[in-house]
Amino acid sequence: MAPSQVDGPVRAVHAPAAARPGFGRALGRYPALWRVASLALFFLAWEIAGRVPISYAFPTFSATFAALASMLFDGSLFVAYAETLQPLIIGVAISGVIGVGLGIVMGLSRSAEWLVAPLFIVLQAAPMAALIPLITFVYGIGLVAKTLAVIMLALPVIVLNGYKAVRNANPSLVAMCRSFQGTKLQQIAKIIIPDASPVIFAGLRLGLAAGFIGVILAELLITPTGIGDLITYHRSVANYAEMYAAVVSIILVSTLTLAALESFEMRVLRPEKRRG
Amino acid sequence: MVLFGYRVPMMASLIVWCVIWEIVGRAGLLFLIPPLSSVLVAALALVQTGTWQAAALITLHSFVIGMGLAIVVGITLGVLMGRFKAVDELFGIWVNIFVSAPLSALVPVLMILFGIGETTVIVTVFLFAVWIIVLDTRAGIQHVPNSLIEMGRSYGATTFALYSKIVLLAALPEILAGIRLGLVRGVKGVVIGQLLVSIIGYGELFELYSRSFDMENFWALTIILFAAAMLMSAAIEHVEKKVDYYAGVR
Amino acid sequence: MLPAAAVNTAYPAAETVVEVRGICKRYNEVEALRLIDLDFPRGKLTTLLGPSGCGKTTLLKIIAGLIDATSGEVRVNGKTVTGPGPERAFVFQDFALMPWATVMRNVAFGLELQGMGKAERQSIARNYIAEVGLTGFEDKYPHELSGGMRQRVGLARAFAVNAEVLLLDEPFSAVDEQNRRKFQEDLLRLVDKENKTFIFVTHSIEEAVYVSDRIVLLSRRPGRVSQIIEPKIDRTASPDAIRRDQGYLDTVEEIWQGLKHYVD
Repeated sequence: MAPSQVDGPVRAVHAPAAARPGFGRALGRYPALWRVASLALFFLAWEIAGRVPISYAFPTFSATFAALASMLFDGSLFVAYAETLQPLIIGVAISGVIGVGLGIVMGLSRSAEWLVAPLFIVLQAAPMAALIPLITFVYGIGLVAKTLAVIMLALPVIVLNGYKAVRNANPSLVAMCRSFQGTKLQQIAKIIIPDASPVIFAGLRLGLAAGFIGVILAELLITPTGIGDLITYHRSVANYAEMYAAVVSIILVSTLTLAALESFEMRVLRPEKRRG
Repeated sequence: MVLFGYRVPMMASLIVWCVIWEIVGRAGLLFLIPPLSSVLVAALALVQTGTWQAAALITLHSFVIGMGLAIVVGITLGVLMGRFKAVDELFGIWVNIFVSAPLSALVPVLMILFGIGETTVIVTVFLFAVWIIVLDTRAGIQHVPNSLIEMGRSYGATTFALYSKIVLLAALPEILAGIRLGLVRGVKGVVIGQLLVSIIGYGELFELYSRSFDMENFWALTIILFAAAMLMSAAIEHVEKKVDYYAGVR
Repeated sequence: MLPAAAVNTAYPAAETVVEVRGICKRYNEVEALRLIDLDFPRGKLTTLLGPSGCGKTTLLKIIAGLIDATSGEVRVNGKTVTGPGPERAFVFQDFALMPWATVMRNVAFGLELQGMGKAERQSIARNYIAEVGLTGFEDKYPHELSGGMRQRVGLARAFAVNAEVLLLDEPFSAVDEQNRRKFQEDLLRLVDKENKTFIFVTHSIEEAVYVSDRIVLLSRRPGRVSQIIEPKIDRTASPDAIRRDQGYLDTVEEIWQGLKHYVD
């Protein structure tokens, strides 16, 4: 039985079957190396798949990234995102304000919780996408419709996170505040809200992720604008490299934004929980 | 929540919302919202039509295959990532990227690769569901206390026995949670897939009813879908509760 | 039966800060406390001691005003308790420090809630931070402190509001053994120095005998007053000598014999 790696983290109890002597140590010392390797492998596989080719409509990795670069430099990507981000930002902002407010009220009031929580639990589990085509009939195909699509998807998750955060605020801290004769208002403002902030913020982050989904769906289902337009246009003229480039850009933008928010969350809001 | 001295369960407030729906519908405020009663009547009629049954069958078919693949692949990858650091480092980035990325953006790509048909929908369901199953399985495996594994090895368990009798069971609460979340995402996947592909199953029906402004049937379809999603989620949650008792003492 | 060292005295009114009369506490079907009658003498440290589930923390929280009693009354300086008040300060078992606030802000929190100005409350807080030996750590956050240091913040916070009665709920149970002994010694020093009344909850017999002027033994659920003991120990001796004092050892042994049959 191979001895468990002393250098690696405790969770890897089994040494990998094909472990070579220096392997584990290299793993432990350069995790970034592994991430780079993983990316490189993926891109290599993509390149090969494109050259085979596995489908006439499957561009190589290099072709896609060339297209991405060209779209970046000729500005078409910026123009597209300027349009796409509008309903996203507006929608998430509105959802954030309403959602956090509603979440706080529900967290503090049992009757509000009883009335509203089940509604949002259903809305979060339900495939809201099915309702998106419906929006167009009342609100047309413009900014309002798309913003509504974003709100529909982002609001439930923000509300539910906010209300759970407030309701699960550290009871010991609340008792401490009461013991020093803190009024109800002081308890809410000085203890409950600060204690709930990290989870509320996480809810906002998840709301943004849901909002991304909403805006993309809106652009694909309602009417193409912005980045959705780039995708459908390039598909219609068989510019597959450009089309894939647009899709990659969406994944990139959403991943980077969410990662930035998560890193902000860890550093600023929860320094004591920083991942070691 | 206490009403008139009786403890009322949480989900009961949904009844209040149903009543509100009925009232709004009858008042005819928005033509988009017919009274709940007529929607329910339409739902009953709808369920008996061949159109709906064919659509439901296709939808169910795609869903089950996609979910089945997601569960098998997801748990396997999750276990591998939880136990072997090399696998974890290799796949970690991708799982973390795709679990919160707007996967709907990938559907047009899938449509080109797999054609406009059921295969695309199956792949969509798979992609929507698999990542969260991987993540939760991995978390479950990592929470298995080392002492349990050492105990198994010290009593001479084979690798197969170790996994089947100890590791997977110890990680079961998280795995079930992952499957529940995967199911919810899978339903979203099958709907989005079908809406974007739009010529089969539920997607086709949604298009049909919304274009012809047949609101009763549209909402009937929606309610049936939402109810199915909630029921599945509740079923898994029930199973989760049964294994929850040992989650705290691992 | 406990021998003559056990004393049950009632105190003249002027010397009693806290009076507990007929306190009962029931949670649905469970009777936590039954007919508690107690006096807590001014300027002394009284300990509530008993096995798990005897309701000692419940009684402490009722005196603090954090929990309502089912029936009965608590009076502090003659006034009936209806909730938390400025004459009582509570020290929590799990420290109850705000993780997002510095040591300074945590210690000054009681004063902040009373509306005291920032400069004034910070200078008072600074004084008590020094008192508990944490000078230099004013700008640190709780997660940067050890368990022992966190509890000292909790103590400083309770002292800072200058309450007459300090209520301590197993304050040293979440702290390691070496620090625990040190805390007990520090507590004795503080009791000597400050002219306050202390009500202390613990399940450790040695700790109770070490620090207390008076020990109230509570029986198992439903909690009732079973014995009151006043340890006769020479506390002017050095901390280590106290632990070998014959009176100390005898009292510990007697209490242990009395409580032994409560262990499952």
